[in-house]
Formats: sequence, C-alpha cells, structure tokens
Amino acid sequence: MKSIAELNKIREEALESVNLRKDRKGTRIVVGMATCGIAAGARPVLMALLEEAKKRNVEHVMVTQTGCVGACRLEPIVEVYKEGEDKVTYVDMTAEKAKRVIADHIVNGKVVDEYTIGAYEK
Amino acid sequence: MDLFRSHVLVCAGTGCASSASMKILEKFEEVLEKNDLQKEVKVVKTGCFGLCEAGPIVIVYPEGSFYSHIKVEDVERITEEHLLKGRIVKDLLYAESIEEDKVKAIDEVGFYKKQQRVALRNCGLIDPEAIEEYIALDGYRALAKVLTEMTPEETIDVVKKSGLRGRGGGGFPSGLKWEFTAKAEGEQKYVACNADEGDPGAFMDRSVLEGDPHVIIEAMAIAGYAVGADLGYVYIRAEYPIAVQRLQIAIEQAREKGLLGKDIFGTGFNFDMEIRLGAGAFVCGEETALINSIEGKRGMPRPRPPFPAVKGVWNKPTLLNNVETYANIPQIFLRGPEWFAGIGTEKSKGTKVFALGGKIKNTGLLEIPMGTTLKEVIYEVGGGIPDGKAFKAVQTGGPSGGCIPADYIDTPIDYDNLISLGSMMGSGGMIVMDEDNCMVDIARFFLDFTVEESCGKCPPCRIGTKRMMETLDRITEGKGTLKDLDNLERLAENIKASSLCGLGQTAPNPVLSTLKHFRHEYEAHVNEKKCPAGVCQALTNFHITDDCKGCTLCKKACPVDAILGERKELHVVDTDKCIKCGACIDKCPFKAIIKK
Amino acid sequence: MAKDIFTEENFQKLQNVINEYKGKQGPLMPVLHEGQKIFGCLPLEVQKKISESLKVPLSEIYGVVTFYSQFSLEPQGDYVIGVCLGTACYVKNAQPIIDKISKMIDTKAGETSQDGKFTLVATRCIGACGLAPVMTINEEVYGRLKVEDVPGIMEKYL
Repeated sequence: MKSIAELNKIREEALESVNLRKDRKGTRIVVGMATCGIAAGARPVLMALLEEAKKRNVEHVMVTQTGCVGACRLEPIVEVYKEGEDKVTYVDMTAEKAKRVIADHIVNGKVVDEYTIGAYEK
Repeated sequence: MDLFRSHVLVCAGTGCASSASMKILEKFEEVLEKNDLQKEVKVVKTGCFGLCEAGPIVIVYPEGSFYSHIKVEDVERITEEHLLKGRIVKDLLYAESIEEDKVKAIDEVGFYKKQQRVALRNCGLIDPEAIEEYIALDGYRALAKVLTEMTPEETIDVVKKSGLRGRGGGGFPSGLKWEFTAKAEGEQKYVACNADEGDPGAFMDRSVLEGDPHVIIEAMAIAGYAVGADLGYVYIRAEYPIAVQRLQIAIEQAREKGLLGKDIFGTGFNFDMEIRLGAGAFVCGEETALINSIEGKRGMPRPRPPFPAVKGVWNKPTLLNNVETYANIPQIFLRGPEWFAGIGTEKSKGTKVFALGGKIKNTGLLEIPMGTTLKEVIYEVGGGIPDGKAFKAVQTGGPSGGCIPADYIDTPIDYDNLISLGSMMGSGGMIVMDEDNCMVDIARFFLDFTVEESCGKCPPCRIGTKRMMETLDRITEGKGTLKDLDNLERLAENIKASSLCGLGQTAPNPVLSTLKHFRHEYEAHVNEKKCPAGVCQALTNFHITDDCKGCTLCKKACPVDAILGERKELHVVDTDKCIKCGACIDKCPFKAIIKK
Repeated sequence: MAKDIFTEENFQKLQNVINEYKGKQGPLMPVLHEGQKIFGCLPLEVQKKISESLKVPLSEIYGVVTFYSQFSLEPQGDYVIGVCLGTACYVKNAQPIIDKISKMIDTKAGETSQDGKFTLVATRCIGACGLAPVMTINEEVYGRLKVEDVPGIMEKYL
C-alpha cells in the first residue's frame, strides 16, 4: 500500500458490507417478504434495491425484510424509515420503481409521492 | 463487494468450534443455496462473541437476533422462518434476550450491557479472514496516521499519555517500555508479541487472535515505527491452532495489500512479521524465557537486568507486549489518548478483558472498564452463581494470583486493588468458586501447576514449591499440624523474595491468599481433620440422609458391600469399609447420599 | 505399534524442512515442530539427523526436546485422549472424568496403553472454558461432560 487514499478506497468499498452489523441508525428500507409479498414479486424489488444502493454508493442505508403488514393487496410493499422523519410506505412496487426510490428518496431526499400508499388509495 | 440484506454471523471461536459450529456454518451455506438466498444473505465466520456458555452462537443482523445453543438441525428452521419470512425463531433465542415478549437485540442483554469493548471491539463482528472488513471498521487508519503525521517520539508520547499498562501480568506502563526500547542503543531492534497465554482459564488473547488478528499486525507495526524496529515476532502457544492459522492468513493478506513489507504508505518505513510457536511450557510466558524460546533454546528465564528493552531477541533491544495490550493501541491513536485515559480509575486506565469461568451462569469472555466492582461482574455480567449455591470466592490472576473472598465483593477491579488483596490482575482469568469448593484444595491445585511448570533453573522455585506441595498434601490428607501452616507462610515469603523470575515470585500467592482469607478452612483440616466443603477425599465420609427411600440401588452398586440396610428402610454407610469410590452417589435417584 | 516411522521418505521430508529453515535465525524450534509432525515423535535417530544438518550439538537438541511438554520422545497412541485439567474444568469436576477413563483403558495419565491404541494426557487449559469440563480425542472435542457420559463416548474408540 503506497497511500492513504488507497486505504480509504478499500474502506469505502467494504464499509457497507459491515455497516449492517454495526450501524443501527441511519436509513432502513424494509421490504415485505411474507408469502404474499414474495408472490407479488418482492424478491426482484429487494434485489433492485440492493443493487441500486450499491451502485450509488449510499452510506448508512440498510435494506432488510419484514413479514406481512396485512395489506396483501398492496404488495410488494417497501417502507423507508429515515432517522428523524416519518415513515414512508411505497406500494405496488416493481424493480424499476425501486431504483427510482433509491435515486430520489434515499439519495436526494425527495419522496416519490406517486408511488406512496396515499397516492395509490386515491 | 456485494450488499446483502441480512448477515448470519456464526461464531468460530474455539469454544463454539468445539461444539460443531463449523458444521452449522456449512449447513447455512447449503440451506441458503437451496432456498436461493445466497445473494441476499451473507454467512460470516467470526471470532468469539464472549458468551461461550451459550454456544454455539449464531447472530442474525440487522435485527441482532441472538440465537444460542444452536444445533445443525435448527439451521433449516432459522432459514425458513427468519431469513425467508422475517419471523424471529423465539424459542431458539438466548433466553435472556426475550423479555415481556419483546425481543431484545444482543447488545441489550445483561451479559453485554455493562461491557465496553475496546480490545475486543471487532471480535464477533467481522470476518477475521477478510482484511477488507477490518479496514472497513477503521482498520489500519491508525497506522496510516502514525506513519504520515507523527514522529516516533510523538507516537511514544501518545501511548504514555493514554496511561495504558501491560495487560499480560505485571501492569508495567506500556509507554515507558516503548520509550526504553526506543532509547536503547543498537542498529537492529525488534518488537515481539507475547501470545503464550498459559494461565489456566484465560483465553482472551486467543480470542483476539482468532477474532481480530489484524489489530495485532497494525499495533505491532505502529510499535515498530515508534521504537525503530523492522521485524516483529509473535510467539503463540501451539495449543491454539485456529489462532495460528488466522494470524498467518492475516499476515499474508497484509503483505498482499502492502501493509506489511517495504515502504508502507510510501513513507519509507519497512516492517514484517514472523510467527514462532511455543511447545507447551508455561514459563515461556515470562518475557526472558520467551526470548530464549524464540532463539530455539530451552525456555528458561534470564536474570534481569538487562531487560529485553536493552538486550532481547538475539541480544538486540526488543519491545515485548502482550496481545491484549497491543489490541488497545490502534483505538488509542484513533480516538486519542485522552479518551482512553478517561476510562477506568486513576491508576488503571481503559478496559480489561476477563475470562469468567467456574461456578458462574454466564461463562465466557467480557470486557469491562477498570474500576467495575467484582459484584457487578459476578452478578450482573456473569448472571450469578448457578443452582442457588452461595458465592465463596473469586480467583484472579491464575497460578500467580490469589483468591478474593466474598467480603471484598464491592472492591473496584484495578491493578492496585487486586494486589492489595493478595491477588493480581494477571492475564485476566477469573474463576468463581461456590460453597462446594475447598480452598485448601484450590491452593493445592495451583501449586501443583507451578511445581509441574517450574523450569528448574533456580532452587527457590524448583525445590521450594515442591516442599510447599508436600505440606499441602499432608494437610489435605489430615496429617497436617499447626506448625505446617506457619512453615508454609515462611517458605512462601522466602520463595517470593528469592526466585529468579515472575513465575517463582508469584507461585506462592494462591497459598498465601487462601491462608490469609480462609485460614479457618486450613485449621479445620488440621485440627478437626475435616474438609468443610467435602472435597478432600481422605477427610470426607459418605452419609445417607433421610431422603433415602430404601430402593437398594446403592447397595447393589457398592463394590465393597459397605452399605447396610433392608429394602424400604433407611440405608447406612459403613465408613470403615467404604473406599469412597462414589459409585453409590451416581446410582442414587433421590440424591440422598452426601459427602461430609 | 510395529509401524516403522524411520522410512527414507520421512527422512527426506525432514531434510526438506531443514533446508527451508537452515538460513534463518533460530531454526531449531520450527524444525522440531515439523519433525514431530512427520515422525509423530522425536526419537534420538531424528534428533541426530537434525543435529548433523543444523550443526547444533545433539545434547542441546535433546535438552530442548525434553524441556517442552509438546515434544515427545516416544510414539503416541492412535487416539490421544486429552482431559483438560485447567482451572475452569478442574472446579467443574474434571478429575473424576480422567480417573474414569484411566480405569476404562487401564492406562495412567501421561502414558500410552499396552496395545498402543490410547495415550491419556491431562492437558493444560485448551481455552474452551465455557464448555467445562472438556476432553479431546484426537481432533474431536467433547464438552459439558459428566462422568456418566464417558462410557458412551469411549465406546466408539474401544
């Protein structure tokens, strides 16, 4: 190793992989992964979230799964918990929509209103 | 590096590996693949979590669910329920992590709550065989900072300011040791790491090497820079094959990344490391004996002075610190010496790792700030004494330490308090004893250890400990006299004063401390020919209590027909005939046979 | 027991190890460790060979070999049974366990059975204190032992 920059590069690349275990703060993205969610296509959504998060190199974000929230007809459901902000619930998700959630909401802090449960119910 | 939504951490420390944790790990990989989850869930092999009693341990993040006593058969259920459906398998969780139906994360259960992890901070959190994970958690940043921003003098100053003292035994201020080595004359110098952890019941060094080997490499490189050495020796006992293997892997990874070798961080600083294996000699934990052993000689101590800082390995100035001491170093540089000095008591800074064992609920490894009381450790972290027995004493410092009785349970733990109680910190073994332990027998046990391990170089230790042993043997056989007790004390003081090395100088401590705090037990052995705890075989007799139902099982089991009594009547032991083999106790379904 | 360990192949392996360490400082300990792995023990014949190749007096090598408890002059049994008598195991009643095994295989601690099948040793702390009391049979570890468990475990090996 010839420079600190090199060390920092390895560090940044590896950070996310370990943060899951250490960081209980930051943003949590939760995907409903009960039978209903999986049947509705939650798995590709989850994979898209993981891939996009990695691609955009976002820090302090945790993608995790949860059980059924009881609104099976709205699955796949993705919920975003940002520290100090209200929970945002996205419904009827797809892999494409998931990528936009990462780009707009997670990276730029702008909630994608049209995908939220509020917009869907109208 | 790929992202995963869930991490499954499987403890691969020696404790858990002894109970098939590697098979559990393989099973997880197999089942995850079967369920097509291998891209979402990562299985990580980590070092010791510390709570060995609950092993094999599996932790699932991000929830931090703490599964204990896991068997290979449980893997499918955890995968299907937790990883696939997101439902934590409550009946497999560590019991204390469930309270009022609420599942608590691992860092909130009693065993971990009081702890503060500095030396063990990465143990059980990272994959010890992946340098990237160490780097991700600030690994090698301290080395980078030292090499690029600080002079060797400044580096030593930081260690001095932190107040760090040697974690291997004596508690010598580490910064001074670094300074002596740096100032010693000589072109060639070495740093060395003492990983010859020989105290029975202590395994923190093993855990650090198994769980976080890179921290030792980083710390030794910093030390090398500070004192002007380009080679580091790690002397590990051969009884720790997993630790040796992980450190070897770590050294190779560090070389590959250029963190060991020539011109580290482009600063012109060169440093490399070598592992040397011990071969089963306790005395090699003594620094001059260790140096002889590295050189390929019999591991016998040399007279000091000259100290290793002046004449060490190959007669060159050598800085020798123990594993846990090194494990604190990178954090001291990253968070500052003031932060470190802010933890602990006035003269004992930072945290200390203890291996808690014996008659205690939560056996395992824990790290607490100096100044925590024995009571907090035993009852809050350790969960108290099992089976409703009474706490009698705690032994610290291994064969060099002593027994601290229940009266001193409120003592804050630090170097000086333990010494004033006739014990010492030692490497951090902490063995809890209850009412069923005989203190004379315990003293005899430790002395037996030193007699066996005495290298034989100096007569006070070689002959003196043997004579003490014979005296203790007489006492436990009921042949002792009150004069023996006085002789023991006098002999012990002489051995302490005249032995060559630390092993001999501290060998009488277990006897002296039990004589001081538990003299009444010695006197019972001598005067009444009785062992109050019912341990010393020559002094105990078997008795049958009123709980006897007259089932005759014991009578049939007795090889010498020493049990009398008819069916459905209370049985009696003929103590003249009884050979105290214990066969009857094993057979009795009512626990009606006791030793007294 | 009649197994011949002094084969040409073994001596060749030893020579390779010696060549590897010859130039380094303090080669004796690593060579002895490797030698014990190759031969299973370090009898005089092996020590002589090391002495000649490394140019270290035989007396010095013998001194080192006999100093460390891990080096053995005689071959060990097929199964090495180690009962931990470290503090944690001792206070949790490891002594009756080693006594029981000793009786079962009719071999004292520190010795090898007549048929060369078992070597019984009282080991130092192996660091698995959380599982005390502990014993090892070759690579297998058995923890949280009770005297009653011993016959069941030994059955496999007898």
